[in-house]
Amino acid sequence: MSKNRLDYLDELEAEAIYILREVAGQFEKPALLFSGGKDSITLVHLALKAFRPGKFPFPLVHIDTGHNFEETITYRDEMIARIGEKLIIGHVQDSIDEGKVIEQKGKNASRNALQTVTLLDTIAKHQFDACIGGARRDEEKARAKERIFSVRDEFGQWDPKRQRPELWNIYNGKIHKGENVRVFPISNWTELDVWNYIRRENIPLPSIYFAHQRDCITRNGQLMAASPFLNMDDEDIIEKKNVRFRTVGDMTCTAAVESYAFELDDIINEIASSKISERGARMDDKVSEAAMEERKKGGYF
Amino acid sequence: MQTKKHTPNPSQEGNHSLRENMDILKFITAGSVDDGKSTLIGRLLYDSEAILADQLEALHASNRKNDDGSIDLAILTDGLKAEREQGITIDVAYKYFETDKRKFIIADAPGHIQYTRNMVTGASNAGLAIILIDARKGVIEQTTRHSFLVSLLQIQQVVVAVNKMDMVDYSEDVFNKIVADYKVLAGKVGLQNVTYIPVSALKGDNIVYPSAKISWYTGDSLLTHLENVQLEVDDTSSHARLPVQWVVRPQTDELHDYRGYAGRVSSGSFHVNDKVTILPSGFSSSISKIEFYDKELAEAVAGTSVTVHLADNIDISRGDIIVNSAGQPQLSNLIEADLCWMDTRPMDTSLTYLVQHNTKTIRCKISEVLYKVNINTLEKDYEEDFKLNDIGRIVIKTAEPLAFDPYQLNKANGGAIIIDSRTNVTVGALMLRQAVD
Ligand SMILES: Nc1nc2c(ncn2[C@@H]2O[C@H](COP(=O)(O)OP(=O)(O)OP(=O)(O)O)[C@@H](O)[C@H]2O)c(=O)[nH]1
Ligand SMILES: [Mg+2]
Repeated sequence: MSKNRLDYLDELEAEAIYILREVAGQFEKPALLFSGGKDSITLVHLALKAFRPGKFPFPLVHIDTGHNFEETITYRDEMIARIGEKLIIGHVQDSIDEGKVIEQKGKNASRNALQTVTLLDTIAKHQFDACIGGARRDEEKARAKERIFSVRDEFGQWDPKRQRPELWNIYNGKIHKGENVRVFPISNWTELDVWNYIRRENIPLPSIYFAHQRDCITRNGQLMAASPFLNMDDEDIIEKKNVRFRTVGDMTCTAAVESYAFELDDIINEIASSKISERGARMDDKVSEAAMEERKKGGYF
Repeated sequence: MQTKKHTPNPSQEGNHSLRENMDILKFITAGSVDDGKSTLIGRLLYDSEAILADQLEALHASNRKNDDGSIDLAILTDGLKAEREQGITIDVAYKYFETDKRKFIIADAPGHIQYTRNMVTGASNAGLAIILIDARKGVIEQTTRHSFLVSLLQIQQVVVAVNKMDMVDYSEDVFNKIVADYKVLAGKVGLQNVTYIPVSALKGDNIVYPSAKISWYTGDSLLTHLENVQLEVDDTSSHARLPVQWVVRPQTDELHDYRGYAGRVSSGSFHVNDKVTILPSGFSSSISKIEFYDKELAEAVAGTSVTVHLADNIDISRGDIIVNSAGQPQLSNLIEADLCWMDTRPMDTSLTYLVQHNTKTIRCKISEVLYKVNINTLEKDYEEDFKLNDIGRIVIKTAEPLAFDPYQLNKANGGAIIIDSRTNVTVGALMLRQAVD
């Protein structure tokens, strides 16, 4: 084998850096959507590689549901201090207070759906023309169809039946005023690729990704972290469990998995032998066969 | 060769997923509507045990079933509601899996002529194309169209999968007849590395496992072939190109004079001290430093994203290209090219469009239509109008000269797109050929 053939992680990394630099070159006001999850943490690491010793040509934007894992917020603030980049926070609570969205009621209430409105408002307020996100095509079947530069109309909507052709590595970022582009630099990475990359690069992660003891309840067959944000009643029995999280989102819709994976290597082994997909641990995708597609059409990440 | 059982990731024990130095094969499915492309990909994933339990559960729960009541594997890739409703693929789906030999990125393309642009999207990055043919129908117009596109886009490896063998009693004669027909087509469109495999995507014959029903066939199953096919290795002798994406200028006190040119080496390789030329300006200099984040490199090979420093202070910005002075590309504003039109509005020679080549986007016009290709006969049609899905040869005139290589010799520096500035949509794919003097 020729030394000129890149290892797959090098190839994925080089592609992602190329895409980040295209965003910098093509847009006037881009932003990087930072959720605090491992995929957006990976994006930040890739941005360091793309732009250092210069500054990022975009701020990080966090859409904060207010229902966060404390560890995520601590991590976020420490990371921002370490890299010295700008952070903009859009609060779902503000959208609620302004009456733009109404808090859901009942046992399965979650702010996950509400954050789309806050995201679109934040984009409009700052006039972002491109938003970089950490979505991957292997996550979900509607995402498997999305372009790397994915054009959204004025209402943030994705039209899956009218996607632009996207050839080679030539990304067309031309848009009309009011439209924006969602850009997915790690589209071609799998969950395992991300973990292997995190290990190779020694990227620090929030502690909730590693096995720890936590008070949980079982809801719809899934383990949920007990928290003040979850509407609980007498039927909910709190148990101490050894768990970790595979994806990190709003506390009310991110399920835990029982795990004794305390180290990165354990996690990688666990995922490599897992029989359940990452999104299988998200209540928001379980609603219907087209749940993700419908949310994306409405402006979701 | 013995029959081997594949136990690809993630069900295999041990840590092969931790191995480094695996390469990636990107491949696409092509062929006419309903030839079974999505079913074939579904079968490949299913028999490789690459489908996870919750996805499998969703598959079983879905009410889209085959006529015999078995699960419809096409819905693994047909991820859009409209696709599942109509039972056709509309846009490319990307799927990822690996075996202990290789990682795969699959692009499952639509067969319907209306969605050719989506097939082209998937094909542009593929190193191998699986062209499906329905054993009952043989080579038809859409087979020809896709084969022609595969050839135009310079996909190096082709597998012709003659599918639905179960519907022709696994007949060797049927297979041989289709192979003979396709060989004629391959000769006409100029495809060289073609492998023929009889399969049934529905029943699983010859996809992952060899089939007893096709005992007359002695070649590899599709997966075995995909695992072992030799990939084209980037040719170091091809000339070094670095399109500049972004200029890194921290402008801090300690890095006051820092000026790095960031980009991805698209072909060839650069070394420190190499003599380089900047195009289109034509200034020359030499490479003083190659950086990658916190590392300094002696060499940057094709595919790597790096930051390059030059010995001289030259005005360079995004859109420029750094090339090895010893092997320069062509530089012209009048270029002959193959064109694939991808928009419902016909091409208009009186309009000014935009052309995007590497990191440069400038105005252009189609100054001349040389010919169009009649997909049925593969002969030249001397018609002026280029409509949706038309393919042919034109001359493009650009507002500034482009520094390009013929697509045939250097895909990375020979492809370009046309953008309609009224809609901002990508309307044409260009495979640049040569400067016109
Ligand atoms: N008998 C038989 N039927 C098959 C086989 N492969 C696919 N089919 C059937 O052919 C029909 C079309 O299959 P798809 O996989 O959706 O075809 P496609 O090529 O992906 O179609 P488009 O993406 O819309 O171009 C379905 O009803 C399949 O069940 C096969 O090997 N044998
Ligand atoms: Mg299909």
